[in-house]
Amino acid sequence: MTAFLEVSGLKAFYGQTQALYDVGFALEKGGITTLLGANGAGKTTTLRAICNMVRAEGRISFDGQPIVGRPTESVVRLGVAHVPEGRGTFTTMTVDENLRIAAYTRGRSAKADVQQDLDMVFEYFPRLKERMQQQAGTLSGGEQQMLAVSRALMLRPRLMLLDEPSFGLAPLIVQEIFRILRRINEESKVSMLLVEQNAALALDLADHAYVLETGRVVMAGPSADVKNDENVRKSYLGY
Amino acid sequence: MEQLIQQVASGLANGAIYACVALALVMIFVSTSHINFAQGEMAMFSTYLSWQLIQWGVGYWPAFVIAVLVSFVGGVLIERTILRPLHTAPILSVVVVFIGLLAVFNSVAGTIWSYLIKEYPSPFPKEALDLAGLIGAHQVGVVIVTLVVLSALYVFFRYTPLGLAMRAAAQNPVSARLAGVRVDSMLALGWGLAAAVGAVAGMMVAHIVYLEPNMMGGILLYAFAGALLGGITNPGGAVLGGFMVGVLENLVAFFGNVIEKQTGVYIIGNGEKLTVALIIVICVLTLKPSGLFGRVVVTRV
Repeated sequence: MTAFLEVSGLKAFYGQTQALYDVGFALEKGGITTLLGANGAGKTTTLRAICNMVRAEGRISFDGQPIVGRPTESVVRLGVAHVPEGRGTFTTMTVDENLRIAAYTRGRSAKADVQQDLDMVFEYFPRLKERMQQQAGTLSGGEQQMLAVSRALMLRPRLMLLDEPSFGLAPLIVQEIFRILRRINEESKVSMLLVEQNAALALDLADHAYVLETGRVVMAGPSADVKNDENVRKSYLGY
Repeated sequence: MEQLIQQVASGLANGAIYACVALALVMIFVSTSHINFAQGEMAMFSTYLSWQLIQWGVGYWPAFVIAVLVSFVGGVLIERTILRPLHTAPILSVVVVFIGLLAVFNSVAGTIWSYLIKEYPSPFPKEALDLAGLIGAHQVGVVIVTLVVLSALYVFFRYTPLGLAMRAAAQNPVSARLAGVRVDSMLALGWGLAAAVGAVAGMMVAHIVYLEPNMMGGILLYAFAGALLGGITNPGGAVLGGFMVGVLENLVAFFGNVIEKQTGVYIIGNGEKLTVALIIVICVLTLKPSGLFGRVVVTRV
């Protein structure tokens, strides 16, 4: 049986510069996998390669279909929701519009469904409901991150790619967001691929972990094993 | 006083046309950061198409609708075939392509229809729209038609999912792609809409300035002034700016005449209208580059 998301021999390039040399990993359906590594190790690039936002070579298959070379939009339409670095807020639009954009691909017959999904999103993030008509650019960093996760949810994804959801946020907000990510994974059955600087947090949430170094996978295994590895502990966990 | 009202009214009519062209410029600018210098010539070409159809015996309004539709398709095709390959080209290459398009449309129109000035009909009934002699029937009609077009566009962008997707693609293409929006198609659609709106402006103004291949030159300049004045990043602002420029140019001429009558000194008049537009452009660019309603865009480097 093949995995839900399977990546092997992945290379990626920014212009002439090669950022990934040989990245490979697999993600089980319903699981949460995390990619760890220092700055510049290629974590973000790996997520971008999956969505075809950088030039990539190698094999990526999602739910049995090869997706290398497919335009970003069609990868998204297969059920891959990417929560990008920097949150990708549509700053001059309202929160409501930000969410509805992600429902655009469903067409007009789906009005009731969209409302139902909006309700689900507001149940996860009640704060966004209060801010429905507010301009999204005026939200706090934490709220914009919640909005980014919500926008991804509105795509009804089967796989979520999360690029440093804790970046620049207060610890309490980070805890809240990670708690909700776990709920989304359990209740909505969304598989997740998580990239994080905060390794302790990521290893707690994820079931599997891969460590990247300069564009290569140097270590892989169940989160508990990776957490107990001495090198990982010294380099990423700091004890 | 009556004269003043007259001037303001006819300024609004001109302004309506500038507003349409300004909106066409802004629609392309917000999604690509390019100013389409060929916008005016595209509109001129569309106007010739409608004129030709009318000559062949098609009624005014059917010809109008056909010209708008053909312009829409033409705009989409220009984006797909000429500009798509230039997606990553440096800005100067794009500018050169726009100027090339301008020259091509101008000379092709001249070749097919000659450079002789032609009369262009007005579709508006004289009796029904005559407002106590204050403002001509054609001018009232122009204001009505442009307001209908502008409101339709407003509703489209504000309340329809496709309009929302187009705005998303213009504002943040990367995020829009991640939301499943086909950004490339949205760009082409934007070009089509811009060409269609420009065509409306061309067909409305042709009765006033007469039909000839260079008829849109001045108008494009006024529209550009309007777009800059209102804020080139803000469609609503650009429309308002278009109207303001239209009224302003008439007021300048009007008060110039008043001064001349009272003091006998000619300072400014009809002849300097275009100069006023250029002064607006320069003032906005030096004093408030983002325009009255524009957004200051900060680029991270």
